[in-house]
Amino acid sequence: MDSLVIGLLQFLVTIANLALVAAGLAIVFGMMRVINFAHGEFLMLGGYAAIVSNQAGLNLWVSMFIVAPLVVGLVGAILERLVIRRLYGRMIDTMLATWGISLALIGIATIVFGNTVAGISPPLGSLSIGQYAIGWYELFLVAVVAVLFFAGWLFLRFTSAGLVARGTMQNRQMAGALGIDPNRVYAVTFTVGAAVTGLAGALIAPIAGVVPSIGAVYIAKAFITVISGGTAILAGTLASATVLGSVNTFFSFVLSPVLGEVALLMAAVVLLRILPRGISGRFFRRSL
Amino acid sequence: MIKNVNRRTLLKLAGAGAAASVGPFYLRSAGAADTIPVAAIHDASGGIDIYGRPMINCVNLAVEELNAAGGVLGKKIDLVNYDAQSNMQLYTQYAVEAATKQKADVVFGGILSASREAMRPSLKRFKTLYFYSLLYEGGVCDRNTFCMGSTPAQTLEKFTPFVMKHFNGKKIYTLAADYNYGQITAKWIKKFATENGGDVIQTDFFPLDVSEFGTTIRKIQAAQPDIIMSVLVGAAHNSFYRQWVASGMKDKIPMASTTFGIGNEQVLTSPEEHNGIIVSYAYFDGIQTPENLDFLKRYYARFGEKADAVTEGAAMSYHAVNLWAKAAELAGTTEREKVIEALETGLSFTGPAGKTTIDPATHHDTLDVYIAEVRDGKYNVLESYLQQPPADTAAVCNLTENPNENKQFVIDVQI
Repeated sequence: MDSLVIGLLQFLVTIANLALVAAGLAIVFGMMRVINFAHGEFLMLGGYAAIVSNQAGLNLWVSMFIVAPLVVGLVGAILERLVIRRLYGRMIDTMLATWGISLALIGIATIVFGNTVAGISPPLGSLSIGQYAIGWYELFLVAVVAVLFFAGWLFLRFTSAGLVARGTMQNRQMAGALGIDPNRVYAVTFTVGAAVTGLAGALIAPIAGVVPSIGAVYIAKAFITVISGGTAILAGTLASATVLGSVNTFFSFVLSPVLGEVALLMAAVVLLRILPRGISGRFFRRSL
Repeated sequence: MIKNVNRRTLLKLAGAGAAASVGPFYLRSAGAADTIPVAAIHDASGGIDIYGRPMINCVNLAVEELNAAGGVLGKKIDLVNYDAQSNMQLYTQYAVEAATKQKADVVFGGILSASREAMRPSLKRFKTLYFYSLLYEGGVCDRNTFCMGSTPAQTLEKFTPFVMKHFNGKKIYTLAADYNYGQITAKWIKKFATENGGDVIQTDFFPLDVSEFGTTIRKIQAAQPDIIMSVLVGAAHNSFYRQWVASGMKDKIPMASTTFGIGNEQVLTSPEEHNGIIVSYAYFDGIQTPENLDFLKRYYARFGEKADAVTEGAAMSYHAVNLWAKAAELAGTTEREKVIEALETGLSFTGPAGKTTIDPATHHDTLDVYIAEVRDGKYNVLESYLQQPPADTAAVCNLTENPNENKQFVIDVQI
């Protein structure tokens, strides 16, 4: 019984981690079709923003929930203005440009913070269930992801700004003809994507620690999750995080961590072979 | 803009970049005839610089001290440091450069086993003596190479039973990095645990970029071992210690490690994460001998209070330079063959890490092994085992009988 409960919680934690890491990319790539190779570095910057401001004496929660999204959102806004804006609709070029940005950010972070692991201990203690225990912080992340996705859904579904964003992504010319400035919508969307990524980076920092090169650990998983999810950025990302996270946890638990990673990648390959347009290309087609 | 750059100009640019980055290393003091050229090749930057920086400091310190005392054979040592930037290709390139252009009499360096194996063939071909100072998985058998660090049999043979006794447990759960060092070390742990009446109930291997250990921690909770043995390596694996504490496991199952601290992890993790972890190396900066205390005073006086803490690899780099100098003095020359013969007389050096004696048959060394507990970013030495021979390499390698041997044996661990 204990093992069942803890197993279930572990599933939720893994799924939430994947969804969290992929959320910002779902906005930038899923909505805007910008292949952001600097996504991992946005996570890294979020982690550093939280850790540095926390070490400077700021409250941990303030650093994670306010400082990190602001800093990375700002970085995103600047990069959008300088680089990304010139490349909308040119997918391969965005890939090259953001790869360059990614290398530059790693270099800058290495110069500023040094090439060592920075970290803060996860707050909140742990929850014991029989002979098992799980960190409260990890469960807290599950709640944050749920709130984040629910808020995203409310925004896209019920606000006019959400409608404008969806409309612009679907048909840029038509949106322009209706008097909306697509450039502004794109700029805001990219900034929001970067800010969400910054928040995600800050939230995983206490668990994983931060090094300038940590982005490489997450970038592949984030892309796999978003692409397997398909066009519905919220439902699709959540669905693929659920499938891939479950597969990963199950095989890590039953076999070994190495095979858990292998199983995740295999699942993504099979998924895309059967559903080339992602999970939401077939199911949840009318959802967001 | 992009269109104007063709392949040729790109190559030119790359070439110019490479030349510019190599350039400074050519700047050496003039009058090389009355100095002894020596090379040190380590990672001073890039992903594994945490291992490299203290090693470079110690090579520099040893050379400066020898020079201040009049040099070797009356000549000053002319040391050139090459930064391999955590790039295996550069190791090969710099090894060739040190051997052919600088004409170094001896090369110190290499960190990961991959970097050692990148340099070893070139240095052998150009007949340039080579010292490798980091602990590794054992088995290198090459008359041109001297391995100064501890190997699994030296540390684990005493460490495994000590840990079992210290924590009063028999069931061990091993977590190891998934490459040759981790695989081999895990086998040794199983062997020594079994021999001492214990049992390794499970061994999990992790790719080097895994930073998510939640599932594993749940598995450990299900298995209920008495002891965790960590053979985790690198920055991503560092997060295990953090997640372990976050899951409230810190005081439930004690932990020992064969790798914690090689990259000064005790500074990168918080006391609540590392207090109580037991580790075993051939050197700790907590060793309370007059030689070590004096050495640490000189080290921090030279590199400042904030210098990287001295690791086993660093202390052994210091021993390596001094052993080579001693051998050259004994041989009366820095000529390679004579120096090797002098080292093979079973030369020894007593320094910060205690007494290190070259084993002629394996070109490894007999050294003192210490067991320590990590506490508040420092090491408290609990136990020392003097003069441990390199038994693992000795089982497969005998350079006295087969001086032309040139390979790294994969030691078959019999359980």
